[in-house]
Amino acid sequence: MRYLPKSPADRKAMLQAIGARSIDDLFAPIPAEYRLGRDLKVPRQMAESEIVDWFRERARENGDSYATFLGAGAYYHYRPVIIDSLISRGEFLTAYTPYQAEISQGTLQSIFEFQTMICELTSMEVANASMYDGSTAAAEAVMMAVRLTGRRSVVIARSLHPEYREVLTTYAHHQNMPLSTCSFGDDARLNLKELEQSITSDTACVLIQSPNFLGTIEDTTAIAEIAHRKGAMLVVSIAEAVSLGIVEPPRKADVIAMEAQSFGVPLGFGGPYCGVIATRDQFVRQMPGRLVGQTTDRTGKRGFVLTLATREQHIRREKATSNICTNQALVALMVNIFMTIYGKVGLKELAKQNLAKTAYAAAQFSKHTKVLFAGASRFNEFVVQTSEDPYAINSRLLGHKIIGGLPLKKFYPELGNAALWCCTELTTRTAIDTAVGLVAESERSVKATKEEVDAQEVER
Amino acid sequence: MKHKTRKATRHVNQNEGLIFEKSSPGKAAWKLPPLDVPEVDASALLGSSERKDLGNLPEVSEIEIIRHFTRLSTWNYAIDLGMYPLGSCTMKYNPRVNELVVRLDGLANGHPYQPERISQGALRIIKTLSDCLLEITGMDAITLQPAAGAHGELTGLLLVRAYHQSKGAPRKKILIPDSAHGTNPATAAMVGYAVENLKSNAQGMVDVAALTAQMNDDVAALMLTNPNTLGVFEQEIHKIAEIMHAKGGLLYMDGANMNALVGKVRPGDFGVDVMHLNLHKTFSTPHGGGGPGSGPVAVKQILEPFLPTPVAVTRPDGTLAFDYDRPQSVGRVRAFYGNFGMFVRALAYILANGPDGLRQTTEDAVLNANYIRKGLEGAYDLPYSTPSMHEVVFSDKLQAKKGVKTMDIAKRLIDYGFHPYTTAFPLIVPGALMIEPTESESKEEMDLFVEAMRSIAEEVEEDPQTVLDAPHSTRVSRLDETAAARKPVLRWKPGN
Amino acid sequence: MPYPTDYKYTKEHEWIKADGKSATIGITHHAQESLGDIVFVDLPKIGSEIAVGKAFGSVESVKAVSDLYAPVSGTVTEVNGDLATAPEKINKDAHSAWMIKITLKDPNELNALLPASDYEKFVAEEG
Repeated sequence: MRYLPKSPADRKAMLQAIGARSIDDLFAPIPAEYRLGRDLKVPRQMAESEIVDWFRERARENGDSYATFLGAGAYYHYRPVIIDSLISRGEFLTAYTPYQAEISQGTLQSIFEFQTMICELTSMEVANASMYDGSTAAAEAVMMAVRLTGRRSVVIARSLHPEYREVLTTYAHHQNMPLSTCSFGDDARLNLKELEQSITSDTACVLIQSPNFLGTIEDTTAIAEIAHRKGAMLVVSIAEAVSLGIVEPPRKADVIAMEAQSFGVPLGFGGPYCGVIATRDQFVRQMPGRLVGQTTDRTGKRGFVLTLATREQHIRREKATSNICTNQALVALMVNIFMTIYGKVGLKELAKQNLAKTAYAAAQFSKHTKVLFAGASRFNEFVVQTSEDPYAINSRLLGHKIIGGLPLKKFYPELGNAALWCCTELTTRTAIDTAVGLVAESERSVKATKEEVDAQEVER
Repeated sequence: MKHKTRKATRHVNQNEGLIFEKSSPGKAAWKLPPLDVPEVDASALLGSSERKDLGNLPEVSEIEIIRHFTRLSTWNYAIDLGMYPLGSCTMKYNPRVNELVVRLDGLANGHPYQPERISQGALRIIKTLSDCLLEITGMDAITLQPAAGAHGELTGLLLVRAYHQSKGAPRKKILIPDSAHGTNPATAAMVGYAVENLKSNAQGMVDVAALTAQMNDDVAALMLTNPNTLGVFEQEIHKIAEIMHAKGGLLYMDGANMNALVGKVRPGDFGVDVMHLNLHKTFSTPHGGGGPGSGPVAVKQILEPFLPTPVAVTRPDGTLAFDYDRPQSVGRVRAFYGNFGMFVRALAYILANGPDGLRQTTEDAVLNANYIRKGLEGAYDLPYSTPSMHEVVFSDKLQAKKGVKTMDIAKRLIDYGFHPYTTAFPLIVPGALMIEPTESESKEEMDLFVEAMRSIAEEVEEDPQTVLDAPHSTRVSRLDETAAARKPVLRWKPGN
Repeated sequence: MPYPTDYKYTKEHEWIKADGKSATIGITHHAQESLGDIVFVDLPKIGSEIAVGKAFGSVESVKAVSDLYAPVSGTVTEVNGDLATAPEKINKDAHSAWMIKITLKDPNELNALLPASDYEKFVAEEG
């Protein structure tokens, strides 16, 4: 097998050196009744060309080169070419966790830069080296607030990504953490009066998303004021990282739990992605996840090390801040390079393009059907309500190689035939016009059918 | 003879600073195409939500970014350069065809919410990988959702809890051997279980008498790593499983050491009820400097109803889909479906090997560890004489007499061009040296490794200071971790 | 390293200096030596209760965390704020780097503790 660097002669020599007659001797510790006497029933060994062909077939079955209007926590942005050029270097791709700092300075310094840029973007004072994804980052941030306040319950905005909420429910279930929901108003923003009433003396934190799942930007300052006044912390989840290029970060939040996938991480059918937690210096010892710190070596030269490790599982064991062992180093490096490429000016321009495409699309849709929640600002997602079921409309769109917005009925049934549409800098005007055209046609045809039916009613 | 090795300090490649230190206004590495829709006034659209300033983000050109990260990369050790003898990490070769297939357009750009009709490729990958992993483990059902090993452990214990809850009471405790990895007790605590330690016997295996005494109706499960962290196969595993099952408990297996078992024996066959796998260990997905990983959890049928939602299913017409109608599910442990990019890579690895390749891989892994064990016997203290599988644990007992500890030996190993082995773990061996070569090491590499370790043992006798001051040949010498923890500096600031 | 004879000691390597109804508590020279460079100390708030034999805080080095066990029961009256910014004081002089001051709940508990000579013997045997 071509990944195995041994010749039959090597194996023979090694067995001899060990004093074993055959390799079976080395597996003698396994009780005979369990030893597998047959081949595993997995596909036969394939040549490299066959492997590539097999996956090419799968890629074809998976609808390549479709225009997409999907967002909802995973965003389709352009990935500059040098990201893969650099992360594919063996020294990054095949390196281990940087526990041996002297021979991992490449990884450690780039994480230090990552932590710095996340702080700048989020307006927080310290950021970790990444979490699994936005959903688990939000859950871990909430548990951080519970530890810090000594309180147990959590108020969650109904406009938080529904799957993030599911994850938190799973985590909270065994931690004795009661969860309650606060609804949104006609502008899709959190209902502040209801929030005021939901927070009790046992509320550890309020968890919101901004821009929220429906695309609307929350008034995080007002929400923070209410939460803090009642002794609770504010945790803000950010699912669309590009928004930070043009939308004010939630400066009054205590903890920000981000999903950085938009920054150069491929959509990849849902993972791996890149969560991050950012917070204030005073909370750092309760923050989970790896942290890289700056220090000096024996000659006074600047270097970087993993630090504050005593929060982590390998030392604290059952008293750890979390059981997390990994960080998403390779994808965090993609994010790092992306932020470096776009930088101070580019991220703003990128965000503005997203804003422009979305504003155009929303305006075009609203000529033919309802675009909900127009009362408040949005970034790059909006909700379109149609007479026809969005599944049917999307079915027709697929014929034009367009993937329409996410139908929302299973998450927000009260919105009826609504779907969540997302435009990024990669969305073309042509795609928007085609999609709008098909929705317009749908509205006309429903209206026509209705008129026909009404006319028949009158006849009777 | 004492060597004075000079570190390279003047060369620009060795002195690359932080990217912020190269930034200056007006430099750019980006260019966006012109808008095909009207420009917008951000202030008008966003009002007070408009962000005016992006702070101290860098402004640099493309070549500076390429040089910056290329230079940084040269400061890293990596599998592509040489062996990582790290115990229980299974640092094997990361095949490059994996990197090609994961970047194919339909897979790399698939949105998790796109219609099932155009997701059949992704679903087939998920189903094929699932089937292979079930065959390899001898289990009945599987979830690919957990993002890493520890996440898999969390999921596994959630399943344990849900199972017991369905039988009337969740029970209170998890038994964990004192040789276990730190994630095990940390995870048990997160799921609301108390942790009870299980002592190992003189052979470094589970003390069956102690287990019998400690097993009762309050114990939900035993979390076992097999082979254990000493690299030793639990020979009484059938007794262990029986003791647990007799009192209604479950046997959880930490699959970190599967590299000793694939194709030779299946955990499902020796009584395991639930286990997690590490795709980034056994199945060759790259460590990437610390992640991402992927931690699928495989279970016996009794735990199937509780699996995280959704579950991949085959419809009567043969198409694949996700099933969300799972009333007894523990819920979700993350958004979307799991680290799909890692599924692609792991499956490519399995297809490249086939049944014969997988078996040969395991045999080579065990052969390699035993070869190194033989080569180092005598030079280092071997605390347990029980046969090793894919990893071997020595201790620094002989060297400690000269004041040299496992960490010092590890640092000196760097000067010989190897990454250190795992130091100071498992905790039951004071001053441990935990070595796992994996099947990816050739006889030539391992001979060099054994030679290096023997040389260091000699240095400890003749010139211990050289070992104590190691490493001598790296770009930075030992870093002050105390200062880093006392006064943490966790970000760059302008004016630094 | 001489162990102050007016202190009493525990097998978990804490020292306590009693003064009528109040007492001062810290960790011994041997403890700081085993831990290595101390980077952080986690101490209880003023007013909290500590119970004999139970953990009341922890002390961290770079690679390890050790719980601090109460030699006696009592209520915390003072906490050494210096240790928050300069935990290295414990390494420099563990017997003067006090951690907490308490009012004693039951002075009789002191009788169960080790005098300096016994503690020194205990440390020598343990090593």
